[in-house]
Amino acid sequence: MTRQMTGARMVVQALKDQGVDTVFGYPGGAVLPIYDEIFQQNDIRHVLVRHEQGAVHAAEGYARSTGKPGVVLVTSGPGATNAVTGLTDALLDSIPLVVLSGQVPTFMIGTDGFQEADTVGITRPCTKHNWLVKDTEKLSETIHQAFHVATTGRPGPTLVDIPKDVQFAQGSYTPPAKSKTDHYQPTVKGDIDAITDLVELIETAERPIFYTGGGVINSGPGACQILRELVDGTGFPITSTLMGLGAYPATGDKWLGMLGMHGLYEANMAMHDCDLMINVGARFDDRITGRIDAFSPGSQKAHIDIDPSSINKVIHVDLPIVGDVGHVLEDLLRIWKSRGRKTNSDALKNWWKQIDAWKEVKCLTYRNSDKIIKPQYAVERLEALTRGKDRYVTTEVGQHQMWAAQFMGFDEPGRWMTSGGLGTMGYGLPASVGVQQAHPDALVINVAGDASWLMNMQEMGTAVQFRLPIKQFILNNERLGMVRQWQQLLHGERYSHSWSESLPDFVKLAEAFGCKGRLVKDPAELDDAIQEMLDYDGPFILDVLVEKHENCFPMIPSGEPHNKMLLGEVEATDAIQGAGATLV
Amino acid sequence: MSALKIKKGASRKSAYDLRDPNSEVIETHTLAVTVDNEAGVLARVIGLFSGRGYNIDSLTVAEVDHLGHTSRITIVTRGTPAVIEQIKAQLGRIVPVHDVHDLTVEGPSVERELALFKVHGTGNDRVEALRLADIFRANAVDSTLESFVFELTGTPDKIDAFAELMRPLGLVEMARTGVAALSRGKE
Ligand SMILES: Cc1cc2nc3c(=O)[nH]c(=O)nc-3n(C[C@H](O)[C@H](O)[C@H](O)COP(=O)(O)OP(=O)(O)OC[C@H]3O[C@@H](n4cnc5c(N)ncnc54)[C@H](O)[C@@H]3O)c2cc1C
Ligand SMILES: Cc1ncc(C[n+]2csc(CCOP(=O)(O)OP(=O)(O)O)c2C)c(N)n1
Repeated sequence: MTRQMTGARMVVQALKDQGVDTVFGYPGGAVLPIYDEIFQQNDIRHVLVRHEQGAVHAAEGYARSTGKPGVVLVTSGPGATNAVTGLTDALLDSIPLVVLSGQVPTFMIGTDGFQEADTVGITRPCTKHNWLVKDTEKLSETIHQAFHVATTGRPGPTLVDIPKDVQFAQGSYTPPAKSKTDHYQPTVKGDIDAITDLVELIETAERPIFYTGGGVINSGPGACQILRELVDGTGFPITSTLMGLGAYPATGDKWLGMLGMHGLYEANMAMHDCDLMINVGARFDDRITGRIDAFSPGSQKAHIDIDPSSINKVIHVDLPIVGDVGHVLEDLLRIWKSRGRKTNSDALKNWWKQIDAWKEVKCLTYRNSDKIIKPQYAVERLEALTRGKDRYVTTEVGQHQMWAAQFMGFDEPGRWMTSGGLGTMGYGLPASVGVQQAHPDALVINVAGDASWLMNMQEMGTAVQFRLPIKQFILNNERLGMVRQWQQLLHGERYSHSWSESLPDFVKLAEAFGCKGRLVKDPAELDDAIQEMLDYDGPFILDVLVEKHENCFPMIPSGEPHNKMLLGEVEATDAIQGAGATLV
Repeated sequence: MSALKIKKGASRKSAYDLRDPNSEVIETHTLAVTVDNEAGVLARVIGLFSGRGYNIDSLTVAEVDHLGHTSRITIVTRGTPAVIEQIKAQLGRIVPVHDVHDLTVEGPSVERELALFKVHGTGNDRVEALRLADIFRANAVDSTLESFVFELTGTPDKIDAFAELMRPLGLVEMARTGVAALSRGKE
């Protein structure tokens, strides 16, 4: 039996049938019928953001911290174009989102109608797939397909553009089970021969390493569990990208810390010198590889990835395995166990001896001060005072982001939300809104830089309206710190437009939004200030005045291989030269 | 240095592995892509090529299954072996794409293109144009006292060759369809 209803009601019905409990959105003329339906029901909560970019980042935070797709509703024209940065962010970081946008009525498409934009055209390159629905009969099925595409295979954002007349018209509703998903069926099971080959390599490798990434988080908590069993069973060291933090616990004794441009010395050296690299759900990003022709020159490389286009895109691998991390690791673990759980244990002992020697370098050491708060110290104290709590951390983009990745530890997946691929300043605050919405009782902290934070600060209004007690931890260096660091290393300390003048008084700003703020600049008062932020029952902005010209180390200068890391201030002047200077 | 060995070809199914992955040699490949014939699908394919900086030498598209609404897109592209593999993988990722066949590596295939040539001329040039058209098995599909429109089907090379010959004889306009290709044999 098919049910007749309007397109607008269909939207709400489809969302309910997809198990959606929260929508982040902003109304306008082209979505009024859908908003009218939202008004007349109680199952789906609508969070009114202050800017559509905020809605998309909030949905990303919601998605990353729950494993469910984030849902966004925006109006046509400017509503849709404001969503573009968020869509691109979600595409690069493989975050499942379904964005519904209003469109001018079908009979006005192409006439430059009021608030008309070619939304599917504009968002084609920044969605995994998108649809313009011109017929109410096809609307519900399309929305179900959008959920299917967003959440299966390599996750990503989808968009459904819905003209206003399609929302008003009647049509028959197709439930999810009856919607066809077509030929779009990504491979999840890995090739057993390839997996067996990998087991053989694991059994004999002398200097192996697991290099894991966001794909493990995408695959889900089950995949993380199997990864832990595999790492602990084999005793192999493990490092992760920025996107994969928490898949293996930071407290685990096989953990080397993050790798890459601002990753740990021991992780990068081990990547460079290994003889077997097992890439699990990571994409050989340029922040990881450094100079391609000098990337881990002596290793055999295996790569587990659900997206065939990730394989051999940047680095040629010896053993590709296309499939879902959880499924592949399950087979891998089973075969490895059935063949007697073998590893080359003598060689492994030597390997660990070498790694322990690299750890002795203590690459995160910084010069602390009792006069001024060092940003690293601020993050260390935040970590110390919140570790063990039911905690979620988001970040903005810049030095503070890297310090958070270096100095905070994550023991569970989905607890760390950051913009990695696109590096979107302004991500963290709205993402914290989305995370807190999904986890009302948890502690949600956005580790921010002053410049990034201003980019979407309007979302404090959302937090106050919806009583979301997010904590904004701003490392205020009155600089675009990361840019300033590059200008120091690359452009002769000519700090062209990389400082923030006329910053707002963040405490007054907090009060203006109706929440609470505090400024802290004395290292001796830092703990007390953090504690006040944590204890406060509501949104809080902590303005931490930190050392203005601190640099983030370690750092692999662009265009250099892993073993050419810079560890501290002394060696850093004019560090980036020649061909490396053209890289970002 | 330990000697980790992977059995050659044991678990790999891509023709990519038969070639040197780091080769810088530029190859030309003909790809046949089956897609759902839905709005925007061509824009997706072309957008992929322009967005990622791949080359398109020729592109043909038409619905080939009117019941199933699928179209066949034939693309002639150039790149190193690694780039060609990436192009195929990226095409395969597009949701309405059903399958991608690399006719260049999947065994022998036939490639044909159709072209129309407008040639102005009188006197000897006109006679010579007609004579050459005959040699190339081109048909005159339109004629006036001062011009012909020739139709020619063949490989892109043959069409190039004919165009070169017509140029001094008064070639004024030319239209080409781009390549259509099929694998040989019964499969
Ligand atoms: C200022 C700044 C500095 C940075 N510095 C660093 C740095 O020092 N170190 C660092 O690591 N990063 C750094 N980054 C982040 C970096 O830019 C990339 O975003 C990140 O390295 C990519 O992580 P990933 O390889 O895990 O890939 P992701 O982008 O998380 O991609 C996941 C991969 O897994 C695959 N996948 C998805 N789902 C599955 C599944 N179910 N099964 C199997 N495979 C799946 C996908 O196809 C994809 O290939 C920095 C970013 C910024 C903004
Ligand atoms: C939207 C956007 N614009 C510009 C950049 C380039 N960029 C990267 S980091 C950075 C400075 C960030 O400054 P801040 O937020 O204060 O953090 P800090 O580096 O000082 O910790 C800039 C401008 C970006 N990543 N995103």
